[in-house]
Amino acid sequence: MSLIDLANPTRFLALSARVLPWLAAATAILFAIGLYLSALAPDDYQQGATVKIMFIHVPNAWLSMFVWGVMSIASLGTLVWRHPLADVAAKAAAPIGAAFTFLALLTGSLWGRPMWGTYWEWDARLTSVLILFLMYLGLMALWRAVEDPSRAARAAAVLTLVGALNLPIIKFSVDWWNTLHQPASVMRMGGSTLDKSFLIPLLVMAVAFTLLFVTLHLAAMRNEILRRRVRSLQMMQASRVAFSGDVSTGSRQENASTGAA
Amino acid sequence: MTPLSALIRRDIKIALRVGGGALIGVLFFLTVVVLMPFAVGPDLALLSRLGPAILWLGALLASLLTLDRLFMSDHEDGSLDLITMSRTPLELACAAKALAHWLAAGLPLIVATPVLGLLLNLDMVATGAVALTLLAGTPALTFTGMIGAALAVTLHRGGLLMAVLVLPLSIPVLIFGVAASQAAIVGPMTFGAPFSILCALSLVSLVIGPFAAAASLKHGLD
Amino acid sequence: MQGKLQLSGRGVGCVRGGREVFSRLDFEATSGEVVAVVGRNGSGKTSLLRLIAGLLVPAGGTIVLEGGNPEMTLPEQCHYLGHRDALKPALTVAENLSFWADFLGGERADAAESLATVGLDHATHLPAGFLSAGQRRRLSLARLLTVRRPVWLLDEPTNALDVAGQDMFGSLMQQHLARGGMIIAATHGPLGVETRELRIGEMA
Repeated sequence: MSLIDLANPTRFLALSARVLPWLAAATAILFAIGLYLSALAPDDYQQGATVKIMFIHVPNAWLSMFVWGVMSIASLGTLVWRHPLADVAAKAAAPIGAAFTFLALLTGSLWGRPMWGTYWEWDARLTSVLILFLMYLGLMALWRAVEDPSRAARAAAVLTLVGALNLPIIKFSVDWWNTLHQPASVMRMGGSTLDKSFLIPLLVMAVAFTLLFVTLHLAAMRNEILRRRVRSLQMMQASRVAFSGDVSTGSRQENASTGAA
Repeated sequence: MTPLSALIRRDIKIALRVGGGALIGVLFFLTVVVLMPFAVGPDLALLSRLGPAILWLGALLASLLTLDRLFMSDHEDGSLDLITMSRTPLELACAAKALAHWLAAGLPLIVATPVLGLLLNLDMVATGAVALTLLAGTPALTFTGMIGAALAVTLHRGGLLMAVLVLPLSIPVLIFGVAASQAAIVGPMTFGAPFSILCALSLVSLVIGPFAAAASLKHGLD
Repeated sequence: MQGKLQLSGRGVGCVRGGREVFSRLDFEATSGEVVAVVGRNGSGKTSLLRLIAGLLVPAGGTIVLEGGNPEMTLPEQCHYLGHRDALKPALTVAENLSFWADFLGGERADAAESLATVGLDHATHLPAGFLSAGQRRRLSLARLLTVRRPVWLLDEPTNALDVAGQDMFGSLMQQHLARGGMIIAATHGPLGVETRELRIGEMA
């Protein structure tokens, strides 16, 4: 199965329809295992049961960046290789990425609440994720603002790639800004000293969330392809009567006959 | 359906459809508010003290900048000609358009305020106070900003020029909006006095805005 | 509809951007009549229509409509079909039409029927942004049919219309005239109906 095979949207629709149920089932099974292992994991001696938020938070944070990476590759596909499905992939990924980023923010602030005493702290990591979230929203706004998807695709692709180049710079600046104001870091998230009893459930959950992304992404791409088909069918329907001859005598009958054909 | 409700419904529909800009205002609001801590530092105590001011500035910029094209698109596609010719007085049509804009672009700002209050470490009372003052004050912003939007049509210039014209007019709203929120949070003034003035400002602009905008549009007919 | 209508302009002048476009122009139009305003480019055809529609202020003279609805001003009794179609691409064809019907008010005909007459009944649920220039013009014509107004002010009405569209438009004008309406049209080409010419911009 190469990219060339998938270039044909019809073939993509057929293939993804066959793959999707399996993907969904695998996602569900992995989630069941992951959640079970997470529940079994011991409480942290400092953080108590709240540490288990990590099993949701970390995979979401990882996906928030991974999805931008997927969109960047898709944007290259749009700009360089002109792959017909590339901008569909990029467009479909944006809302999913935004949702994962939002979940990372939400779980992060819930996790921080017992430690900080507030739901939000301008912690360097959370702040970077917040900026990433804003960039996702901006990208979605761009897709929405331009009505013609193929015209929006190039603008969105450029913005995605610029964003990908900028993300490390933003991350670095935020870290610098944060340490400038707060010499002591407020929170250390596990770090490298993670115990095996945490590591295994975390890895399972990370894979489960990644599969969830792949499943949702494929489904969203199918929707986007179908939406574009509806759009082009509508445009064809709109242009039909422009060529039909006599309007005053019986456009209704004529429409009925062309509609049946 | 009456002409005015038809106009309001149409404008809201356009704002919410693909290509409409209603939610971009909220995104702008969010971005401006998130930028502030990078300028003043992540000190939560300081941020919560500045919170009402930051939220008000963000809401003011968001609601004025989205007004830019209030009349421009109707002017460009010829709708404004038909609206001017119709039986509905132009003043009322202007008021209806401004109301539609406030419903589609102003109300979401107020809905977003609690989330942003969280980022700025505002407590429940402070967030509620800011949201309430925004609810009372943003109509004043929309109805004053409308004058600038009408001038933009007359002058064939939009964007920054309009902002320069309108921002000074919104200073009183900003003063009393922030004063009322601060009064509710820290005192010592009572909340009632500045809040009443804020409501009065909104009511006055509700009258002046449509007349000034209609006069400007009529004068600029071309 | 109403009785006999009489639109008359006396000594009408128009100044645009400091330049006198025309002055002391007299014109008449009555029910059942098409007045074709002709003249070279820049002679003020569009300006004359916009003066009648109340969209420009005359530099002198008066324009009055006799025999119309005494409670309504002249612009309120006019349909103005300009170069721009007053359509919103984000709204559907039906939404665009029903908005103008609701907003303009007054006596009205069935919107669906008007759309069928102009040949757009297959596209009612589609966004107006999908329409071609000629179809947008047809949709504007549907507005003229749906909302009844005695005076039609048409600026290059047959622009963008194909031959079939022009035929359709001709018969629409005939029906409007038969109902006692009047039409004032700025045009370069033939309209497909019998017209009386009003030549402007000759004296300059």
